[in-house]
Amino acid sequence: MEGPIRAREALALTLFSLLFFLSRSSALHDLLISNAERRIDLSSHIVKVYLTLKVENAGSSPASEVVLAFPPSQVDHLATVEALATKGKRKKTTFVRLEVKPTELPDAPNDTKYFTIYLANPLNSAESITLEVLYMLTHSLEPFPAEIGQSESQLVYYRDSALVLSPYHIKQQTTFIKTPSTKVDSFTRVEPTNRAGTEIKYGPYEDHTPYSFSAILVHFENNSPFAVVEELVREVEISHWGNLQVTEQYKLVHAGARHKGVFSRVDYQSKPSFNGVSSFRYLLARLPPRVHSVYYRDEIGNISSSHLRTDSRKSELEIEPRYPLFGGWKATFVIGYGLPLQDFLFESSEDRRYVNFTFGCPLMETVVDKLTIKVVLPEGSKDPSAVVPFPVDQHLETKYSYLDVVGRTVVVLEKKNVVPGHNSHFQVYYTFKPIFMLAEPLMLASAFFLFFVACIAYLHIDLSIRK
Amino acid sequence: MAAPEASSAAVPTLMTNNTLRNAFGGVLSFFILLLIGVLAFSIRLFSVIKYESVIHEFDPYFNYRVTQFLTKNGIYEFWNWFDDRTWYPLGRVIGGTVYPGLTLTAGTIWWLLNSLNIPLSVETVCVFTAPIFSAFASWATYLLTKEVKGAGAGLTAAVLLAMVPSYISRSVAGSYDNEAVAIFALIFTFYLYIKTLNTGSLFYATLNSIAYFYMVCSWGGYTFIINLIPMHVLLCIVTGRYSSRLYIAYAPLVVLGTLLAALVPVVGFNAVMTSEHFASFLVFIIIHVVALVYYIKGILSPKMFKVAVTLVISAGLAVCCAVIAVLIALVASSPTKGWSGRSLSLLDPTYASKYIPIIASVSEHQPPTWPSYFMDINVLAFLVPAGIIACFLPLSDASSFVVLYIATSVYFSGVMVRLMLVLAPAACITSGIALSQAFDVFTRSIKFQLPGLSSNTEVDAGETSSATKEAQNDAVKTEKAEETSKDRPSRKSKKKEREHVEKPSTKTKAEKKRLLALPLEASVISLLLLVFLGAFYVVHCVWAAAEAYSAPSIVLTSHSHDGLHVFDDFREAYAWLRHNTDVDDKVASWWDYGYQTTAMANRTVIVDNNTWNNTHIATVGTAMSSPEKAAWEIFHSLDVKYILVVFGGLVGYPSDDINKFLWMVRIGGGVFPHIKEPDYLRDGQYRIDSQATPTMLNCLMYKLSYYRFVETDGKGFDRVRRTEIGKKYFKLTHFEEVFTTHHWMVRIYKLKPQKNRIRGKTKKSKSKTSSTSSSKRSERGLFRHGNVFGGKEAQNQFCISSILGLVPCATTGPPKRQI
Repeated sequence: MEGPIRAREALALTLFSLLFFLSRSSALHDLLISNAERRIDLSSHIVKVYLTLKVENAGSSPASEVVLAFPPSQVDHLATVEALATKGKRKKTTFVRLEVKPTELPDAPNDTKYFTIYLANPLNSAESITLEVLYMLTHSLEPFPAEIGQSESQLVYYRDSALVLSPYHIKQQTTFIKTPSTKVDSFTRVEPTNRAGTEIKYGPYEDHTPYSFSAILVHFENNSPFAVVEELVREVEISHWGNLQVTEQYKLVHAGARHKGVFSRVDYQSKPSFNGVSSFRYLLARLPPRVHSVYYRDEIGNISSSHLRTDSRKSELEIEPRYPLFGGWKATFVIGYGLPLQDFLFESSEDRRYVNFTFGCPLMETVVDKLTIKVVLPEGSKDPSAVVPFPVDQHLETKYSYLDVVGRTVVVLEKKNVVPGHNSHFQVYYTFKPIFMLAEPLMLASAFFLFFVACIAYLHIDLSIRK
Repeated sequence: MAAPEASSAAVPTLMTNNTLRNAFGGVLSFFILLLIGVLAFSIRLFSVIKYESVIHEFDPYFNYRVTQFLTKNGIYEFWNWFDDRTWYPLGRVIGGTVYPGLTLTAGTIWWLLNSLNIPLSVETVCVFTAPIFSAFASWATYLLTKEVKGAGAGLTAAVLLAMVPSYISRSVAGSYDNEAVAIFALIFTFYLYIKTLNTGSLFYATLNSIAYFYMVCSWGGYTFIINLIPMHVLLCIVTGRYSSRLYIAYAPLVVLGTLLAALVPVVGFNAVMTSEHFASFLVFIIIHVVALVYYIKGILSPKMFKVAVTLVISAGLAVCCAVIAVLIALVASSPTKGWSGRSLSLLDPTYASKYIPIIASVSEHQPPTWPSYFMDINVLAFLVPAGIIACFLPLSDASSFVVLYIATSVYFSGVMVRLMLVLAPAACITSGIALSQAFDVFTRSIKFQLPGLSSNTEVDAGETSSATKEAQNDAVKTEKAEETSKDRPSRKSKKKEREHVEKPSTKTKAEKKRLLALPLEASVISLLLLVFLGAFYVVHCVWAAAEAYSAPSIVLTSHSHDGLHVFDDFREAYAWLRHNTDVDDKVASWWDYGYQTTAMANRTVIVDNNTWNNTHIATVGTAMSSPEKAAWEIFHSLDVKYILVVFGGLVGYPSDDINKFLWMVRIGGGVFPHIKEPDYLRDGQYRIDSQATPTMLNCLMYKLSYYRFVETDGKGFDRVRRTEIGKKYFKLTHFEEVFTTHHWMVRIYKLKPQKNRIRGKTKKSKSKTSSTSSSKRSERGLFRHGNVFGGKEAQNQFCISSILGLVPCATTGPPKRQI
């Protein structure tokens, strides 16, 4: 079962150490990586890779950029790349967040894509720095077999390289792959390869040239919920009367191995440990504290199976779709809640305010394929601008809500491939004069006033022709 | 409203008092009416508060879906809508077969709100349409009763109608059905008829036709109006009450009303071609003849008139006979005598059960039981006779109409339980009259006995109907002019024309009142008893609204010792179908669930609650009562992919498919004679235990309901039928289970693809092992749900549901269509 598959290994082991030294700029190759340690966490359906690089400047000129390389198959699934520079030793280690941007380099071999890390201080020659890189991959576990019955558990493939793909020379490297359980069907061996418990260790490998690649395939059991939100629309409506109303529309799908054949309720209920292990019934949404009037429904009405726990720091909403989700099954629902405005709205300058809210999806351990955040500003607000810590698509819309005349400005932020790592704050700045708050009450009051005046006038005017 | 007028009036004291009282009365009754509207609206919100804002039951889901279509695609698309998601493969022309009143009303409200930028969803508008219209209905009742017996009776009747359980049952929030707006239209049409009759104004006559048009748009029950009004006209003519006002009230209604009715696609030429409308035309002719006779009588001398009469009668009689003979021949030549099945079953209550099982199968088409009268109109049943007597004291055109209305509606409600709804307004009006007259008599006699007392009659003053100015001047001015003017703001009609009409009658009434002074103790006690009766009515109505009629029927709840338990299985199944099947898949189920499947699951169905094609329903019934292979062939020929059955055996939900099954057999057997009801009965008894017939135990419905049921508790104990099932271990050969809801209430099966002829050995051995393992499994008994509807509670549930119209064993349940 666990033995390496020789034939596959032979095929997969395509080592391409392509020599592009001569054609490349010298700055790139002044650096070398003295030690690379990579830990790949496969325990959920979001693949988290922690990469620790010890970068050394072997050249003469100081370097301010470090380039990371990714194979094209991974780039499409790459949700987030973060880099931290470590300083100090042992217990006094501090981390400095570094800027990471996708870049294009000329002559990339086999469509390799790059991300550049901009160092805070240039790395002088013969100095070294330790970088902690975290990146997450979505949709990178391929279920195999692609269709399973109710009583089977879910097996997936994970494809990667045993060697860290890098434009630099790597002196020494090790890769650890953590699987969710000890049930590993097979894995590619690239000696030295060890397996202990839930961990597979590739390496250490010495002295590999730039762009070394050695394809590996791990086939293992992963029954964690493959909850993917195909589309999430979050609407945040600001009312200066003191409320922030959030409406979230989900299109949820179980992206694991497709369910095949019958679904038997009697088996599902009587033997929960063997049946439908890859399915999931519950999802946990983490909402801001002091949340109120929470609802959970879909297009045909309220869904009664949800629980809300609140404390001073956070609120947790446990939701249960109408039916357990097996592979390939879908569900749609809406979660809505109100929040006190003072927790989220701040004044920046004269008449200028900003709302500070969390990006990303409140559901835990969920991938969002397409996230749209609509911030509905109050009627009469001007000059909106959004500050988001990562690149998103932005545009403006107009929405008409209760008794609006000119409509409300909506700031729309769109991002694809969102993981929990994106749950950081973003700000939307806008100018708003408080007098606009009175527009609607005044309008209503005058409408009623006119109505009553008309009534009085009607009662006092005699319209009859004859007396 | 009238307050400024009153304050500015500078006239002698008595006049000032009277105008002031008028003004106070007007303002007070305005606010009372407002509160009645609020009461009517809010008593219907129990369903939203106890459950949720959701569309109820079956038909409302269809109406909701139509409204969604209307708001999305506009009115022209709506008229042309051919729905291909139902009655597969036949489809249904929706635009031409629905009564569009309700849909257009809700659509207009939605459009209006959205153009004011009030972004309410279509669903919300639909949910609250019925409560809004019941507020309108109670205001219309006020107007109608006020025309008949004065403002006091009007207010009493409006209060009674605002909370009559019979009407609540069809108009709670979420019950988005035709009746919700139709009852308002019905009462309002009657009001305008009486108004025209009292005033003789052509303006009201035109309004009356428009109100009638709205009623025709809303509900098939409009035939009740178009037969009741001619009956009343005929009654007036026969009793010698013909007047020009009667002519103006009737003739424009028939002409304009018929023209307008013919504009509604679903009625069309039926407005002149079916027997339901013939009475109105006949009376139309008669009223013209009578008008002519009165006219001729006016211009001729008595002697000449006699000659003319003999001449005309001898000639006219011959012509009439000929015409009538031709008409009868024409009508008789059509098979149903020109009457639709539902109308015929009204005239002959045994008709449906003899010829049309599909009408008979619907629970709301059953004759009501005595308890259901008490449940639905409560104490009104006792007040109605008193109200009828009050209508005769004195008898006017308007009050004779009320008497006729109550008499006919009592008959119709006795035929079909759903027509209780038509009885309810009539009962409220007569009871309102009775109560208000009784209060009038008692308070008056108390005042007569105690000239100085006025404070403790204040409470009752609100309910009291007072007569017009003349009556007061004549009768009561002497004793109580001063104190009433200060403390007792009574309601009086300002309308001069009505005073004119009722002048002679009110005088006699006033005289009677003097004579009818009762002893003080008797009056006080009777008043208390009446108040007690009213309180009992209110308590009952609130109970009915809160407990009996608020359940949306798609969500069930039960109270057990560990709290509230929610059964949301229907929506679970529909949501599953909606998201996890292909958008063009066809789902077969018994017709009860057709509307819900199209609306909630958005999947094509074979039959639905609009039972227009009996053969198609019979096909599904036959498939359900056939053995697996035959059923598979039927369903396969209909391109069906999924079968949905409702099964209550695990949790004790009584209106499931097994309980409705005999109707499937009957309806199926009506078209396909190889399905015979006796095959499914053992000694005339319907049973599913070991004594059941093999045909029963092998039919598809039994198998789909009980497939692997025995594994839940090891015995296969059915909590609805309270017995162990007959056949416990069996396999499905042509169907496979694809989904079963949490409480097993809905089970969805998929048709297996056509099989290869050769069966491998491995398959057999596999299934053997699975069956043995399943029997082991069952011993664990993990299904200790307990009978959530069980024990005494089950009995109660049973009673309530049968009152609700979900009479289990006898019927297929839900409300269906308009008569």
